[in-house]
Amino acid sequence: MTEQIITHGADWTIKHLFVYPNEFIYWGLTIVMYPYMTGLVAGAFVLSSLYHVFGQDDLKDIAKFSLVFSLALLPVAMMPLMLHLQQPLRGINVMFTPHFTSAIAAFGIVFSTYSMIVLSEIWFVYRKYFVEQVHALKDTTSAVLKMKRMVYMVLTLGAFDVGDQAVAKDKKAVTILAAIGIPVACFLHGYAGFIFGSVKANALWMSPLMPVIFIMSAVVSGIALCMLTYIVIMEWKKFTTTMARGRGDESVQIIAGVELDVIKKTTKYLIGFLLAAITLELLDIIFRGYTAMKSWDILREVMYTEDFFKIFILQYGVGNVLPFLMLMIPGAKIKRTAIALALILFGVFMMRWNVVIGGQAFSLSFAGFMHYDVPFIPHHLELYREGILGALTVAATPFVIFYVINKFIPSLKKA
Amino acid sequence: MKNHVLRPLFVAILAIALLLTVRSFMVPDDFGVHGENFTFGYHRASNVDEWKVFPISYKGKEYCQECHEDKFEENMASKHKNIECENCHGPALEHPEKPEALTIDMSRELCIRCHALLSYPNDRGALPGIDPADHNPEEQCSECHNPHKPSLEDM
Amino acid sequence: MSLTRRNLLKKTLAGTAAASIPLSALKFLSSAEAKEAVETSKTRYAFLVDTNKCVGCGFCVKACKHENEIPYDSPVTRTWVERYVITKDGESHIDSPKGARDGFTSEEIAHHEVNPEDIDKAFFVPKLCNQCDTPACVQVCPVGATYKTKDGVVLIDRSWCVGCGYCIMACPYGVRFFHPIHKVADKCTFCYHRLVKGMDTACVDACAFGARQVCDLRNPDDPTTKIILTERVAVLKDEYGTKPHVFYIGLDRNVR
Repeated sequence: MTEQIITHGADWTIKHLFVYPNEFIYWGLTIVMYPYMTGLVAGAFVLSSLYHVFGQDDLKDIAKFSLVFSLALLPVAMMPLMLHLQQPLRGINVMFTPHFTSAIAAFGIVFSTYSMIVLSEIWFVYRKYFVEQVHALKDTTSAVLKMKRMVYMVLTLGAFDVGDQAVAKDKKAVTILAAIGIPVACFLHGYAGFIFGSVKANALWMSPLMPVIFIMSAVVSGIALCMLTYIVIMEWKKFTTTMARGRGDESVQIIAGVELDVIKKTTKYLIGFLLAAITLELLDIIFRGYTAMKSWDILREVMYTEDFFKIFILQYGVGNVLPFLMLMIPGAKIKRTAIALALILFGVFMMRWNVVIGGQAFSLSFAGFMHYDVPFIPHHLELYREGILGALTVAATPFVIFYVINKFIPSLKKA
Repeated sequence: MKNHVLRPLFVAILAIALLLTVRSFMVPDDFGVHGENFTFGYHRASNVDEWKVFPISYKGKEYCQECHEDKFEENMASKHKNIECENCHGPALEHPEKPEALTIDMSRELCIRCHALLSYPNDRGALPGIDPADHNPEEQCSECHNPHKPSLEDM
Repeated sequence: MSLTRRNLLKKTLAGTAAASIPLSALKFLSSAEAKEAVETSKTRYAFLVDTNKCVGCGFCVKACKHENEIPYDSPVTRTWVERYVITKDGESHIDSPKGARDGFTSEEIAHHEVNPEDIDKAFFVPKLCNQCDTPACVQVCPVGATYKTKDGVVLIDRSWCVGCGYCIMACPYGVRFFHPIHKVADKCTFCYHRLVKGMDTACVDACAFGARQVCDLRNPDDPTTKIILTERVAVLKDEYGTKPHVFYIGLDRNVR
């Protein structure tokens, strides 16, 4: 049997009317996941920095968690890109011969810089803890614990001084790193927006607002995911404590109180960023409609007919307006907030979808459309990588990583 | 303990040094700016030569003439003189070394590329044309028409 | 200074770092060098398409696929021909089945019949890479895998392309695609391997009607160059500022 010839894109693109022969949905689900995941990373980091830099004490508890969670998300921001590359093994070329006139070329450098900042910051926050662990596990005989101690030894990088002066220095370093980290995180994501906004051939993408829109929605999704994960973890804690000590126990009440308090405070920031994101997106649409350039006819066709449900119902309706109203109702409830957060995450995902897939929903000829038929059953490797299963793998990975990190860095313990 | 604060920085520098070392081994020496500027000319220089030696499949009519003078003459005297031999006979890349490599296309589909009548007010509409569904649909065109000498008078 | 372990480490690091930054990464041409590079290139390849002469036989597409080893049955193609039929009601009907690899053999267009009496005008438009002077695809390549040669042709380094698809997105003409076998970006090279040996491109040779011509813009004696320089020619999608170098005679406002 001869090898099956796979034309990238032909499996999931349905063409309608006149589309150039080489046009397909080349950027599929993986590229939807990429800005979504980077957005979560950036957002999580910004949330933690709000506490470290601006001293927003109300965010203290969630700050540590979101910092570590942004570390767990880091490798995942890169995963969809690797899945998407036709030559994944050559991905490192972007570090070897970066062609800086390309928006993607900066990725390797910005991403690495950002990783180093996050890692350093975590190191400074937890250095004292590492040293304590090394001492605490000194006399252990169990092989596993010995291994664990070795890991902590490495993690200290040989800095064992936990005197007041040294710890004060750590704190100062954290503040500085967090401060540098905010612009870098914004840049990391803003430039993900630039990757799309600078494609002059694509009528939907080309907009100077694109990077700003991406930053805002990134922060929104990042905060929302941190809050949601926080809620889930606290609920689990509450559940286990209830199981162990009974419903009426004092510690259960304390956990519930802390949880609600943190969520209430974080919600304020979330609403602010959400408003900014929606405003910018609407401005973009209004401007396109008003200036009505050559591409407007086909854009309007895509927005108001082909993709109306995805844009106006799913993204703006279910993903933005509904959760906004839910969060504005006075008297915060954990359950209602959790649902609103899930909807916001969904809304941001739909926004990424509508940008990435929507930008390819019409032909460069302006005379035809392309419909994206998401690959589900992986008949061959490419359909796994570019399909729903690949995306689910990407979405699940940060939680696995977080689980592992949490074995060594207890970000959920209350300080 | 003097200043432990710089330790992450050392780790970072180590990582960068590692990357640059690997890079110096992995990136070909001729990778650089060749041509007008960095924007449009940043590449591996030897790739240009690799493209220059890409095999040529279509050799052109003169190549066929070397051995098939009679066919060449016949064709050049006909209305089909502007059509390359290889358009119908297939690319001559491995010919005459491997005679079976030549894929002579005698199908109706080949002829109707030009001779399916499309009634357009342009050069296509002016070509002699038939309705392929109607004009002896079961026959190969070459049963009656000589592609080298397609003039209807000679039929 | 005593040679402590730390100092040694620091020095080694600095040394390695300095030694391993390849000069090519930092080298940018001075303006004089750049000028020289442009002026000494004695060739600038360009293409001329006369849409009045094209009959839509598709021999060019067939020849291109064979010559450049693009899988014959894959929908992607380095060159293709579009058919435009403008009816009296002002509708424009456009199609390019299989990129016109098998030509246009039926009056049915985009799945419906058009009555010949209703046709105002009909024409065929061959398309290929425009080998732009300021190619958007090259600008966005993150790794330097695609580039413009000194004679104006945009090529792709198949051993360095990572396959991100950014160049495909950036091209306003839709000429790029992923090669189904090599799994890297691919597009028309103006048959660079033929041009440098003084031959015409495979599609030019395959065209029996003279609708396609390739030439060197720096050679004023070339008859095709003369046409481009002295007659009224147009280019596709001028508004993207890519300075395309495939010139067209008889371009219509309906052409996409």
